[in-house]
Amino acid sequence: MIIDCPWCGKRDVREFTYQGDGNIKRPAISDVNVDEFNAYVYDRENPAGDHLELWQHSGGCRSHLLVSRNTLTHQIASCETVGPWADKSGRAGK
Amino acid sequence: MQWRKPEPKKSYDVIIVGGGGHGLATAWYLASVHGLTNIAVVEKGWLGGGNVGRNTTIVRSNYLLPQNIRFYEKSMQLWRTLSHDLNYNIMFSPRGVLNLAHTPGQMDLYAERGNAMRLLGGDAELLDRDQVARLNPGLDVSGNARFPVVGGLLQPSAGSARHDAVAWGFARAADQLGVDLLENCEVTGFLRESDKVVGVETTRGEIRTEKTAVAVAGSTSRVMRLAGIERLPIESHVLQAFVSEALKPVIANVVTFGGGHLYASQSDKGGLVFGGALDGYNSYAQRGNLPVVEEVMSEFLAMYPKFARLRMLRSWGGVTDMSMDGSPIITTGPLPGMYLNAGWCYGGFKATPASGWCFAHTIANDKPHDINAPFTLDRFKQGRQIDEKGVGPTPGYH
Repeated sequence: MIIDCPWCGKRDVREFTYQGDGNIKRPAISDVNVDEFNAYVYDRENPAGDHLELWQHSGGCRSHLLVSRNTLTHQIASCETVGPWADKSGRAGK
Repeated sequence: MQWRKPEPKKSYDVIIVGGGGHGLATAWYLASVHGLTNIAVVEKGWLGGGNVGRNTTIVRSNYLLPQNIRFYEKSMQLWRTLSHDLNYNIMFSPRGVLNLAHTPGQMDLYAERGNAMRLLGGDAELLDRDQVARLNPGLDVSGNARFPVVGGLLQPSAGSARHDAVAWGFARAADQLGVDLLENCEVTGFLRESDKVVGVETTRGEIRTEKTAVAVAGSTSRVMRLAGIERLPIESHVLQAFVSEALKPVIANVVTFGGGHLYASQSDKGGLVFGGALDGYNSYAQRGNLPVVEEVMSEFLAMYPKFARLRMLRSWGGVTDMSMDGSPIITTGPLPGMYLNAGWCYGGFKATPASGWCFAHTIANDKPHDINAPFTLDRFKQGRQIDEKGVGPTPGYH
């Protein structure tokens, strides 16, 4: 599996660390709804098909990435930076 | 023919979705222990064509947490007489499972685990380096090994069984008690009366029942979505396994590497059967990637340098239903009229008899047996996680 990092280019999957489902949102800390926190920590859609997920380029630029990948074929449709640098441009031409 | 190929009836007392090891075991225990014989097992493909045919056939109960020890000890107890009970040779081979220790700290942990096992009636022996060497000629126990072996924990009564024969044995025995095994019968939806599940829609027509039991391993999220359950504490991950060319007898027991994650044994045909960790990302692909292959091979060679020129015959990937705490789910619900057996991570094979036994009890009595009472779905919300490895809600790390 090759992941096309917006900053480093195409790199082997072994340079990356998987961080799980990219759809889940942590409820606000002021939110006292136990069900919502429980769902945030434990419940996952686990689709067979397109999956939005977080990876970190831990063996490279260390960027956190939002990857759209098909769990049936491992084909990657998109890979974007998330976090403070999300709106910065990556390599020239990207 | 080992079992009939019946046409689906209009209704059954119980429908089990999934004709793998756990589903077939459930059917047999429902029929043989609880006297429920008006049962169908519906299977998308052919019997035993899923994970029961994709594992590394290891049978053991060397756990630390009491809930797990009790459950897997129940399984060991059932394994011992299973060939006789099913009148089918499942080739149960209690050749021992040996976990290698490479540091004094690891030996301390194994002593704790061995004591926990013995306190609950299991068997465990702490071995020093020389005892390990005597059991395993060829294992590199020298000080020059990448991770020198200092000892190990042996569960003498553990071992392996013939995986396909387990599925076939349960299937044939269940069929003889009147259970209908419906192959090429894919569930495409669930019949509902308001909240209650009252049967299944299949590629071979509608089948009604009061009790619908789901045991579909890596496909759990997909199948449960058909019932409107959009989210579960489960991620599907791919686990790879490998078989080498055949050798004369060379590994006497099941050996696991303590410096990483690897388990190896030798089949009766002579091939070395081994596997390692998950690839580590969500996958339904039934094939993994090369970095894990390389990691597994290098770990195997760290244990057995002499296998460096051994050729691999086959490798494959299976889709495992990794739960959020690394422990299974055997429960009533989550909808009325429904029962769920899932979350086997990559330890489902050894659990097959106890899983079927407990699931059958849960279905017949509408409540779990004491042995599987800790393994309900609501344990996550109630803070009763059974996290053997202590790694938290990260399925890929269990």
